[in-house]
Amino acid sequence: MTAVANQPPPVRGPVELVELRTSEDGGAQRKRRRLRVPRAVERLVGVVLLLAVWQLAASVGWIDEKTLAGPADVASTFWTMVTDGTLPDAIWVSLKRVVVGMAIGVPIGLVLALFSGLSRVGEDLTDSTMHMLRFVPLIALQPLIILWLGIGESAKISLIVLGAIFPIYVNTSNAIRSIDPRNLELARTLGLSRWATIRRIVLPAALPAFLVGLRMATGVAWLMLVFAEQINARSGIGYLMIKAQTFFQTDVIVVCLLVYAVLGVVSDFGVRSLEGRLLRWQPGR
Amino acid sequence: MATREVEVLHPLTLDERVGLNPEPPLAVRTEAVRRRFGDRVVLDRIDLDIRKGEFVALLGRSGSGKSTFLRALAGLDEGVEGRITVPTARSVVFQDPRLLPWASVLDNVVLGLKGGDARDHGRQVLDEVGLGGHGDAWPKTLSGGEAQRASLARALVREPELLLLDEPFGALDALTRIRMHALLQRLCARYTPAVLLVTHDVDEALLLADRVLVLTEGVISLDVPVDVPAPRLRGDRQFISLRSRLLAELGVDEAAEGAHGKALP
Repeated sequence: MTAVANQPPPVRGPVELVELRTSEDGGAQRKRRRLRVPRAVERLVGVVLLLAVWQLAASVGWIDEKTLAGPADVASTFWTMVTDGTLPDAIWVSLKRVVVGMAIGVPIGLVLALFSGLSRVGEDLTDSTMHMLRFVPLIALQPLIILWLGIGESAKISLIVLGAIFPIYVNTSNAIRSIDPRNLELARTLGLSRWATIRRIVLPAALPAFLVGLRMATGVAWLMLVFAEQINARSGIGYLMIKAQTFFQTDVIVVCLLVYAVLGVVSDFGVRSLEGRLLRWQPGR
Repeated sequence: MATREVEVLHPLTLDERVGLNPEPPLAVRTEAVRRRFGDRVVLDRIDLDIRKGEFVALLGRSGSGKSTFLRALAGLDEGVEGRITVPTARSVVFQDPRLLPWASVLDNVVLGLKGGDARDHGRQVLDEVGLGGHGDAWPKTLSGGEAQRASLARALVREPELLLLDEPFGALDALTRIRMHALLQRLCARYTPAVLLVTHDVDEALLLADRVLVLTEGVISLDVPVDVPAPRLRGDRQFISLRSRLLAELGVDEAAEGAHGKALP
């Protein structure tokens, strides 16, 4: 080391300074400046505007009733369908199909995921097969299913079952396989048995992904339901729509569409609140 | 057993313990331990004895294989050659607390323990590490120091004969680390396990250990007792000279790197 190297470099100026904006009241004023309209009201405004334009178009006669019924017609049709029992009956039938389909499909997907995620043999046997089958468009299976099961309830439900299996399988098996190896190492140092490791570490770690799969499966189940009910159905919401189509009842069709939307949103909300309950340990919940 | 109770009341240095009981039982013996990853020999020939109640610190530069050796003692490495004898009751504290986020702090501490009084015992150890009120909390709500104390409680509730510490304070801030050192000393005096502390912090090793090892190129290149009287202070003459020796062994030139006299956290 030379003497020069130990010498600190001389300090030279000038330094360009800037004064940052600060507040006198801790930022309270910025909040006050904005006009107070509740967010919920703001969100409603868009919907109300859309309904108003739609109603106007229907009343003035811009849209023919056979093309699309106006909101007032839809509302009164809805009320008639509720009071005469057609709508509740149809909803009940459709809901039952989805629930039964999910109740069969979700456990199958879960068992396959556990089999594939927990053992090498299981992975080799299941995984590539499942990923191959996943890309078969389920709707294209309809002719085969009808040949095997006829056109009864089991044909419709089996389509929903198939729709539910894959999202559950893909999400859960993937989560099991990508589990944090440090936690498995911990299990070894604590002397946990294989079963205890699965129960205390593997399954809880895969739970968030399983619930994501459940949400996706619910969405697919409704999709499959719509499709199954429009072919060869004698009951259910889809059947109401097909029947309405024959009689140009656009009001009934719109009511059915809205019912599908509401059922989808409600079931998604149900899965999300299940998530909230089961994943309490996640920060921010 | 009787002698150990005496030790609990009056924590003694290793020499004094040896005086009371000329031969504390062996807790660890390794013979010709060797570990290769491909062509690279990480551990060459490691012969090491650790006695019960002895606190051994293992120093080494990063990549020197000190964590590999600890993992071998933990039974986490089946590719290791040679002979390793360790107690059945052993616990590991990692640098990251590894608390399962979906289980409460208490459930984490007693994870895998059997018996009806496991939870009571778990609460009691949580009390000892100063987390008495946090048993029902979720791990993600703990600070870094609290999480590491919970991980220490999880190790101690199993009453290990061998406690393996893999840079347990490496991720903590300086002030928290000082408190953790004191806590660890108290707990070791109470539970008297054999301890192997892997660290790269020379001061930490000198503050806590009865004996310091340096691992260089796969062999133990230095094995010295720490004969600095308690309470150990960083400014102590013996402390400073031992530190210089260890730093030199680790290949650090204090004068050139400005490490001399700088209080490491």
